[in-house]
Amino acid sequence: MPANETQQRTAIDSRLLRDLKKLLGKDGVLHTPEDLLLYEYDGSVEVARPDCVVFPRTAENVVGIVQLANRHKVPLVGRGAGTGLSGGAIARHGGIITSFARMNRIVELDADNQRARVQPGVVNADLSLAVEHLGLHYAPDPSSQKACTIGGNVSENSGGPHTLAYGVTTNHVVALEVVLPSGELMHLGSAALDTPGYDLTGLFVGSEGTFGLVTEITVRLTRLPEAIKTLLAIYDTVDDATETVAEITARGITPAACEMLDGWTIRAVEDYVHAGFPLDCTAILLIEVDGLREVAEAEAKDVADVCRLHRAREVRVARDARERDLLWKGRKNAFGAAGRLSPSYYTQDGVIPRSKLPATLRRIGEISKKYGLQIGNVFHAGDGNLHPIILFDERNEKQFGDTIRAADEIIEFCIQVGGSITGEHGVGMEKDRLMPLYFNEADLDLMRRVRDVFNPTGLLNPGKILPDSKGCGEIYVRPQPASGAPPA
Amino acid sequence: MSMTSTGIASRLAEIAGAANVSSDPSQVAPYQIDGKTPAAVARPGSSEEVAEIVKFAAAERLAIIPAGARTKLGIGMPPRQYDLALDMTRLDRVLAYDSGDLTLSVESGITLRKLAGVLSEHGQFIPLAVPFMDQATVGGTIASGVDSPLRQLYGTARDYLLGIEFVTSDGVAKKSGGRVVKNVAGYDIHKLMVGALGTLGVITKINLRTFPMPRMTRTYVARFRWANGACEFRHAIARSHLRPQSIEIIAARDSSLLRLDDRPGSLFENGRWSVLVSAAGEVEVLNRYRRELETLARGADQNALESFTELGDADESRLTSYVREFPALAAKASQPAAILKISALPKSFAGLAEGIHSVAMRHDIPWAVMMRGVGVTYLALTAQDQSAESLRHLKDACASALRCCVEGMWGRGVMPWCPAEFKREMNVWGETSGDFALMQKLKNVFDPHGTFAPGRFVGDL
Repeated sequence: MPANETQQRTAIDSRLLRDLKKLLGKDGVLHTPEDLLLYEYDGSVEVARPDCVVFPRTAENVVGIVQLANRHKVPLVGRGAGTGLSGGAIARHGGIITSFARMNRIVELDADNQRARVQPGVVNADLSLAVEHLGLHYAPDPSSQKACTIGGNVSENSGGPHTLAYGVTTNHVVALEVVLPSGELMHLGSAALDTPGYDLTGLFVGSEGTFGLVTEITVRLTRLPEAIKTLLAIYDTVDDATETVAEITARGITPAACEMLDGWTIRAVEDYVHAGFPLDCTAILLIEVDGLREVAEAEAKDVADVCRLHRAREVRVARDARERDLLWKGRKNAFGAAGRLSPSYYTQDGVIPRSKLPATLRRIGEISKKYGLQIGNVFHAGDGNLHPIILFDERNEKQFGDTIRAADEIIEFCIQVGGSITGEHGVGMEKDRLMPLYFNEADLDLMRRVRDVFNPTGLLNPGKILPDSKGCGEIYVRPQPASGAPPA
Repeated sequence: MSMTSTGIASRLAEIAGAANVSSDPSQVAPYQIDGKTPAAVARPGSSEEVAEIVKFAAAERLAIIPAGARTKLGIGMPPRQYDLALDMTRLDRVLAYDSGDLTLSVESGITLRKLAGVLSEHGQFIPLAVPFMDQATVGGTIASGVDSPLRQLYGTARDYLLGIEFVTSDGVAKKSGGRVVKNVAGYDIHKLMVGALGTLGVITKINLRTFPMPRMTRTYVARFRWANGACEFRHAIARSHLRPQSIEIIAARDSSLLRLDDRPGSLFENGRWSVLVSAAGEVEVLNRYRRELETLARGADQNALESFTELGDADESRLTSYVREFPALAAKASQPAAILKISALPKSFAGLAEGIHSVAMRHDIPWAVMMRGVGVTYLALTAQDQSAESLRHLKDACASALRCCVEGMWGRGVMPWCPAEFKREMNVWGETSGDFALMQKLKNVFDPHGTFAPGRFVGDL
């Protein structure tokens, strides 16, 4: 941790602890070093120790916490399940972490209007499970959906494999109840559509915990498809796989999901999950189409045709739900598998236009050769969202430096071809240094002033998203062993 | 404003060229908003010129209103101050179009029609089937926040807007978002620009997602004797596996809109409630839509169902255009009209229909209504004739309707179109909500001196 961050840390006041315990009860506050250890991490490579962790049960509790943080001038950071991949839920400058683990109720289900009102700590997959009997689901499905919370998803504007057809979190959130750093409880948007005025809900989603603490979320629920077809296409070259994706997109077929794994990742996954991926291939595509029975069948056929046209060695179709689940298990555990093989890895989240997929994967291959680093690729090919996994040994200083340089070269290439620095993981405290590559000073200044409308004193989640105006470029991200939480 | 019209025009001419600036009354008249005429109009040819003009206007404390095809300038409250119309229609280029990625970047003044031409060469389109589609610009469509029947399947512009470049009142162009389909870098400031009526900045570039144009569509009309049947039909479709691209419930009583389509068995039949459902797909799929929609319509309310029809090509294109242009047709009707937009979720449609009927009856006023299946209702109220008394009648009816919205009986309501004189007594945006203070602060960040369209938006923003 750089020296200036240490200086900014405030040792927690015993009076603040006492006040927090009075507000939340003894079991609502953690502050011993052993207890705090767990909250130093999220799913990213960052580490920072909070001064205490609190567990509100109501929005009123949250208001009370914010008031206390203000009174004691202590930073405040919201946290869901801590599966985030950019350090959003880490107390970079110490302070209070507000965990929403105990605000995990589904408050209201309105099947007729396809809405659900939930507390922020509701686990993503639990919501879909709770509405399954109504023939509905909550569409955004980050790979960590069995652990991650809707509140965390709102903060990060999380994606997931099926967002290709269904959209990301922001497309499914219609209203929010939030507590601003001033302690005001505010309602943004409404369950009904097109609230007059500026789209504050749209602005708030993805603000990475820097605008306010979310205490309730109203989401849209989506009808489950009648039919789902999951295809596995197997390739002998990466080019054939990426060209398949480019052509599927260009032909106007929108699969529900379209994921790619390269040979190295396949072998890592297969060894771990036994999903039935062939060990001798160079790339696979996992493609899913859904909708009406007739539509899913026709699209599956079209997709298979494109795969074969681009020299897929084999195209398999999952015969039942069990086979489908196994294929997805292989995909969703890819990062966990990588973690078993290398002491350390560093993942990126760049996005590129789908038409640039073949060129970008070739470039990543060149960068891998140039630095002699193993780079695995497992990503949301259908929306051009890359997740290159660079493996390294952190004890090897040169390799560590090369990893950062290789990662930066990949991101620079993404920007060059018209892409972005992050598709779904967020900027957090990991990519703030990359922001000036993508936005100019005027853009960043406006963002800073927009943030200050909500969070004028920087009480909430300081040191995230926007590079400190003078320190930019000095902050050095140190990749460390990942915690093993699977990225989206 | 201390400068004279000619003073303003001559400074603008230095920026945009004399040919693109005018202070001539006949030239500025088309830019009038609610009876207010600007001192000058400028037609910038680049975003740099836009930035220069904004810088100049902000320094001189002039108020700017950006305009596209000027089809929706009547939306909102009268501007508090209006010195300069910024006609964006010269900024009409496609800057980048990656058809293989289904993304594009355009200048904001490009018309939807021109853009559709470019996209159709690649079998693609943007699902903005909005009113005034034959004239409207992309920028005006985004800034006014008008919606499209296709939102049932595709969502609204907010869902496929990827990024925006805009000039804030400091005269500096800024960007938000990007041109890829998935992106979480930085705050989604571009979402604020949708429907903000130009009060935060001048939009100069817009990046959008494009979509494959369906090769075949079919439209089906189920006509019911009363509202309840139509609403139940909508609910039954929502519970089914069908994914239509639009569902619109339409009804009218004594309205001039009835005259658009007055053949027997048509969509607009006095007092009847029709549901227009449109689907896309291959023949096999469309046949299934026909079969299942008919079954659902019969199941919804057998006694209420009058007819179920699959439209022929000509009827489909005619009725689709009526539905798309509904607010425009009502606004352009020969009699003075007002259009309310009511946000009420589908479950309350039947109650809303009843409420509308009773208000219209009480005021003895012709009406037409269009309820989008997703939960947005447009209500058009029309004066009986041009007389002052009829106009007063209409105003009273509008006030009653808005009161129903404010009192929470109907859902939140605004009045995007109405005779300008109504705005002297009524706020077309309704009352502000608890988050208004945040909106004010945001406005202040983008436009601290009220350079952009002051007073037109919610709560006098």
